[in-house]
Formats: sequence, structure tokens, C-alpha cells
Amino acid sequence: MIEIHDVSLTLGEQQVLRRVSFQVAEGATTVILGGSGSGKTTLLRLMLGLYKPTSGFIRIGGEDITEFSETDLTRIRQNMGMVFQGAALFDSLSVRENVGYRLWEHHLQPDEDIHRIVEDNLRFVGLEHVIDKMPAELSGGMRKRVGIARALASGAAILLYDEPTAGLDPVNTFAIGQLIARLKTKGVTQVVVTHDLDTAYRVADRIVMIVSGRILFEGTAQDLRNCRDQSVREFLDPASAVTA
Amino acid sequence: MIGYAAVVQDFTFLCGKTLAALARPPWYIRETIFQMDRIGVGSIFIVVLTGLFTGMVLALQGAVQLEPYGATMYVSRLISTSVVRELGPVLAALMIAGRVGTGIASEIASMKVTEQLDALRAEGTDPLQKLAATRLVACVLVIPLLTIITNGVAILGGWLIARLYLGIDSFFYWTWAFEALRQRDLVLGLIKPAVFGFLIAMVGCYSGFSSRGGTVGVGVSTTQAMVSGSILILAFDFFLTKLFMAIP
Repeated sequence: MIEIHDVSLTLGEQQVLRRVSFQVAEGATTVILGGSGSGKTTLLRLMLGLYKPTSGFIRIGGEDITEFSETDLTRIRQNMGMVFQGAALFDSLSVRENVGYRLWEHHLQPDEDIHRIVEDNLRFVGLEHVIDKMPAELSGGMRKRVGIARALASGAAILLYDEPTAGLDPVNTFAIGQLIARLKTKGVTQVVVTHDLDTAYRVADRIVMIVSGRILFEGTAQDLRNCRDQSVREFLDPASAVTA
Repeated sequence: MIGYAAVVQDFTFLCGKTLAALARPPWYIRETIFQMDRIGVGSIFIVVLTGLFTGMVLALQGAVQLEPYGATMYVSRLISTSVVRELGPVLAALMIAGRVGTGIASEIASMKVTEQLDALRAEGTDPLQKLAATRLVACVLVIPLLTIITNGVAILGGWLIARLYLGIDSFFYWTWAFEALRQRDLVLGLIKPAVFGFLIAMVGCYSGFSSRGGTVGVGVSTTQAMVSGSILILAFDFFLTKLFMAIP
């Protein structure tokens, strides 16, 4: 389980998050919705220990990671995978080496097993045919799916997605939504940061909406549809807000 | 002023953390060897050209200065001492700073812009160990070797001019070239490039890791690596020379 408790974060002069609290249950998929610059990505980075909160704390699997050293964070991260907005594949490595990076890096499996795991995960995201290509040879959608395969290959129990469908065509957006939905059935704990409502409704067990660093809404997809809060309605249906 | 002090402080911290990273596993030996190949073998051509033309120019200019005293035949003394003590290490380091230091800065800055540094951390890899420590070791080991090549080629270039243009006997040239060198010249000539290697690697890494502002920041980091690296090389050359001169 992931617990975010009363977390605030100030970067430079700017207060990015203000007293944010919510929990992500084990095996559940939580979607964090919000507009650009609302602090969604920052929240993911806090969960991964890439930033430290100015106040409040974050617990991952019962451990407070707020004051963890980089060495302790490395241990926690071994159980987590992150799909970055731009995929963040390592340019100098092939798709195979990218997907198996963590396993090779930390000698977690014998070489033959790593090759098999890499192939299995690329097959899962439908990209086994690009295994020996370099990231520069892939399309945006392919890169995102390789990013997901990389996050999955390590057998992480927690997956964090930063805008997994941003900039993708409807076909790729649907494919990635499908992947996240399939992982739900495998019991993987997932946190998906997005501003894509369709994907959010399809995959979310719970939805958290953040505006200007504050939580504006927390509940199920059905609760969100029924929510009458003016700011929430503006995000869900900007056209009607403009007309009004 | 406070800004400059902060930069010096951050740079010092980065150097300290990178040295500390060298002391703990994992040690990326394959990556270090790859960097040694990229930095060392990749720079041979430019240091050979640098050495060759430096030696040839020194022979031409030195002969003009020595001719009024009838000492043109001793031009090899001038070439070997000035190259081994100063010009070889400094010119090689400046050329390598331009090629390698900027390469390190732009590579790391690009990785930062494309979130690859965060991805490394997310995958449980310390970027200082994987990127900075490997490049530091490679530069400190390889740049002295490149300097030896520069020195050798410079003295050889001087010989070409001495033999073909000044008509100096080869035996005389080489005898005086080595006669003029002292053991401490050779030691200093190897310590300096090792220090310059440290500076080139760390300035490149610092410029890359501290990059800000997207792709524009990559360009700024690259320029910063070149300018700061070159100035530090020249400044440290002065201080190291002064230090060695003070040792009896």
C-alpha cells in the first residue's frame, strides 16, 4: 500500500503541493487527474523518492521513505517500476537491453532467464518484433509500450505511469489503456497520472483530482461523474464551463 | 558573488560524492573501459596533430631566437623542456576538454532533459556511479597517456623541422632533447595531465548534471563545460607549476 500523508512540497519559490493526503490500496489502480502544472507528476516523483516532501510523509509498503537515503530508496525502488512521460528509454541501449536493464544491472536472474523475461514482456506489450532495435527507431507509442515492458520486466509490484497516453493516437491510447487494465487483473498496484478522462474511467478503481497542488476530489469513477463541484465540472466538461 | 560561491560549493560536493562513489560497489568496469576507449582512442588523432604542429612551430620560432647566439643546434632542448613541462600537458588537455569535456556535458544534460537520469535512479542505479565515476576514472587514466603521445609527437615534429629545414644532425637533436629533461619534469608532466583529466571529467559531469531549461540548457551546459574546463586547466597549470617549483 502507498500512503501519502499531509504532503506539501515547495520547489524554489513555488509551492507545488499543499497538504495532499490519500492512499493507494494494494492491487488497486488509482488515477491522478488534473490539468497541466497541477502537481501530478511531482506526486509520482515523490512516491519514487526522486523528491523529498517539504512536510508530511510517504509510506510505501508500511515504510516511511521520507528520510530514506539513496541506498534505502534503491531497495524500495526495486519493487517499483515507473513509465515516464517521454518513456525515458536509454538511447545507447537496444530495446532488449532497456527492458532487461534492471535485471542485468543488479544480477537478479541468470542471463538466459533475463532474455526469456525480456521476450515475454515485449510479447505482453505486443512488441516482440522490435527487440533488437534502438529506441531512436521506434515511434512514440512503441517507446511508451517498451517503457511499460521495462517497468514490468523487473516484476515490480507497484507501477507508476506518468501521462502514459499523452501525445498518442487513439489506437495507441486504447492499447495502453488495455495494458493497464490487463495488469489490474494480475494484482499489480498502479498509479496512473493522466489528464485523459477516457483512460481514467476505463482503468481506475479510485480517482484523485488535483488542482493547483490541492486535492479537489477523491472517489470512484462513478462518484466523479456525479460530482457537482464547479471546479471539477469545469475540468470534466470545459466546453459547458466556457459557454456558462 | 553568492551565485559563484554556490557553484563552487556544488562542484566541490559533486567531486566529493563522485570520489565516494568510487569507493563502493558496483564498479562499472566494462563501462569504464568503454569510456577509456571512447576518450582515449577517440582523441589520439587530435592530440597527434596538436603535438606535431606545436613541435614544428616551436622548432621554427626557437631557431629564430637562438640563431643570434649561434645556438640553433640546441633547439631540441627548448622543444623538449617546454613541451614536456608545459605545452604538451596544457595543449593536450585543452584539446581534450573541447572534445571530451563537452561530450560528457552534452550527453548527461541530454539524459537529464529526456528523464533518463530519473529513469536510471528509478531502476536502482546511482547516476554518479554509472556516469560520473566511470568517466572520471577513464579521464584520469587516459589523459596522461594521451599527453605522453602529444609530447612524443611534438618532439618528433621539432626533429622534422630541425632535420629538414634547419639542417641539425639527428643524433645531436635527440641527445640534447633527452639530456635537457630532468626526472621531475617527467613526473610533473604526468601529474599535471592526471589533474587535468580530473578537472575535465568533473566539469563535464557538473555541467551536465546541473543543466536546466530543456534543449537550450544542453547547449549552455556544453559551452559551460568548454569555458570552465579550459580556464580551470590554465589556472591549475599555474598553481601546479608554482607548487613544484617550490619543492626543492
